[in-house]
Amino acid sequence: MYVAVKGGERAIENAHRLLAHERRGDRAVPEVSLAQIAGQLGLAVDRVMAEGSLYDRELAALAIKQARGDMIEAIFLVRAFRATLPRFGATEPVDTARMQVRRRISSTFKDIPGGQILGPTFDYTHRLLDPQLAEELTPEPPAASDASPAAMPRVTDILGLDGLIEPSPKADADTPVGDLTREPLSFPADRDLRLQNLARADEGFLLALGYSSQRGYGRNHPFAGEIRFGEVEVEFLAEDVGFAVPLGSITLTECQMVNQFKGSTTEAPCFTRGYGLAFGQSERKTMSMALVDRSLRARELGEEVIAPVQDEEFVMSHSDNVQATGFVEHLKLPHYVDFQSELGLLRKLRKEFFEAADADMQEAAE
Amino acid sequence: MNAPAAYNFAYLDEQTKRMIRRAILKAIAIPGYQVPFASSEMPMPYGWGTGGVQVTAAILGPEDVLKVIDQGSDDTTNAISIRKFFAKTAGVATTTSTVDATVIQTRHRIPEAPLHGGQVLVYQVPIPEPLRFLEPRETETRRMHALGEYGLMHVKLYEDIARFGHIATSYAYPVKVNARYVMDPSPTPKFDNPKMDNCPALQLFGAGREKRIYAIPPHTQVTSLDFEDHPFTRYRFNAPCALCVADDSYLDEIVTDDKGGRMFVCSDTDYCETRQASGHRGSESAAPHKERAHG
Repeated sequence: MYVAVKGGERAIENAHRLLAHERRGDRAVPEVSLAQIAGQLGLAVDRVMAEGSLYDRELAALAIKQARGDMIEAIFLVRAFRATLPRFGATEPVDTARMQVRRRISSTFKDIPGGQILGPTFDYTHRLLDPQLAEELTPEPPAASDASPAAMPRVTDILGLDGLIEPSPKADADTPVGDLTREPLSFPADRDLRLQNLARADEGFLLALGYSSQRGYGRNHPFAGEIRFGEVEVEFLAEDVGFAVPLGSITLTECQMVNQFKGSTTEAPCFTRGYGLAFGQSERKTMSMALVDRSLRARELGEEVIAPVQDEEFVMSHSDNVQATGFVEHLKLPHYVDFQSELGLLRKLRKEFFEAADADMQEAAE
Repeated sequence: MNAPAAYNFAYLDEQTKRMIRRAILKAIAIPGYQVPFASSEMPMPYGWGTGGVQVTAAILGPEDVLKVIDQGSDDTTNAISIRKFFAKTAGVATTTSTVDATVIQTRHRIPEAPLHGGQVLVYQVPIPEPLRFLEPRETETRRMHALGEYGLMHVKLYEDIARFGHIATSYAYPVKVNARYVMDPSPTPKFDNPKMDNCPALQLFGAGREKRIYAIPPHTQVTSLDFEDHPFTRYRFNAPCALCVADDSYLDEIVTDDKGGRMFVCSDTDYCETRQASGHRGSESAAPHKERAHG
């Protein structure tokens, strides 16, 4: 007797129940708290906020916990929540020149006004597993000194004073910045939309693309002009009061790449820019983003598009890990109807093939 | 923390629904044309029906009766998941009956029972662009549609005939809508293509990840691409359904053992069950599978 496939509803419920059980892990071990995730897995939280496109440490920590540490799943949870939030408007542009800097380095000048500040970084650590960390370890308190009163102008601004780097385009108050979550993307896309796409893009994808440009697939001679990380004020223009009111501060990482120069018989040669910006401390992400941003400016700068990293349709259509993971994983869904169609066609083609082969044999025998 | 509050009727907020409805209206006005829309993240993954879900959410009213099928069946896990989603967020009545439903969301099949006026069939679409596998660039394919430049597609179909003796496309078989736009019918088997032609129901197509909506208004001409000397043919495994002996329905192939045993049953479970209920009995019987209840 054939038993029809039924009862998927109960199977789904039970699978979810089992998932919740697995997520909790050994119940004899204390449950991980959101404060622990937000405080001790801070870079994971930063990545989920950046690619989830929502600045909320606690929600990002919740997403990581719920996703059992699967980052893309956590990003997806945050995105799905973000999609339901009402829009009140857009903030004033943040000014990274006025950032409360926690880390700031430049690879183009040995010393710069405001100095090089290493801050909390893995750079120059020896990657040796630390057995002490396996147990509870109270680290030494950080070294402290008085805050420097010196201004910290951006390196690109210093270069800009001499005209050595192309100026950033001036913001036009009458032209609102594009938003690909509100308007469908169309190509060719302007830089505002490209940067938004890259800011939400998968870190690994951008890393690979940026790396490919360094290895010669669309090389653009980058220098890390400056990477800075710290807090910036967010202000919102309140229509009622008529001026911008501060909403609070957010943590950002900004990377400004200084790239190969351009020039012509009519234009003096100058360096070009690649830009990266992300929530939290996200250096790998912002550096990769800056490389890809510069590569995607090929059309604008009159460069030949020869490598994947320069191809905006290719990059922007495949950078979103929530989209990518959904479509790759949808192959898990049933496809029996199409597959049966293909089976039918294949059987027919094979039958015709063997019939033709038989006929040839017959002919040869005669 | 901003705790998720109660969601709006059918999940999406009214502003988003309005945006989607505008895209749907435009799609109906230009049959077969792919209208871009600002698709957003839904609580299920891209590629799992988010386009269909957004279209359904935008058109659903409290009086609607919803049916959701995947591979023709109401019981496949993703169909259950989507049906439960709307039962929960919209509180609408759901059904498995094709005749009783006012909105049917589908993946990969068109129901066997003829649709009637007033019904809406919402297709989940993975890749809306019929020319995508011939030309990967959106900028190019949009231009080709604008100019009605479909030679490339005919060359592809011709090359199939030259190599295999047949058009080697068995599902997602391209159609021309209202003698203008070449359209992807979503990955339905080509068996279903003739059902789209002059259909009394409204057919809406939603591609969430690719951010496109398109439509076939009721009673619109839909023709499958072919050649005079190689006319379009349907494919169906030549056997009656083992459960309801239907000889006109699309069949699922079921592997019954590891010695080459096969049986063929209707992919449309509602059609099959309705026939069985009215006395059509095949060589096999379908005892409903009872799950043991765990507390």
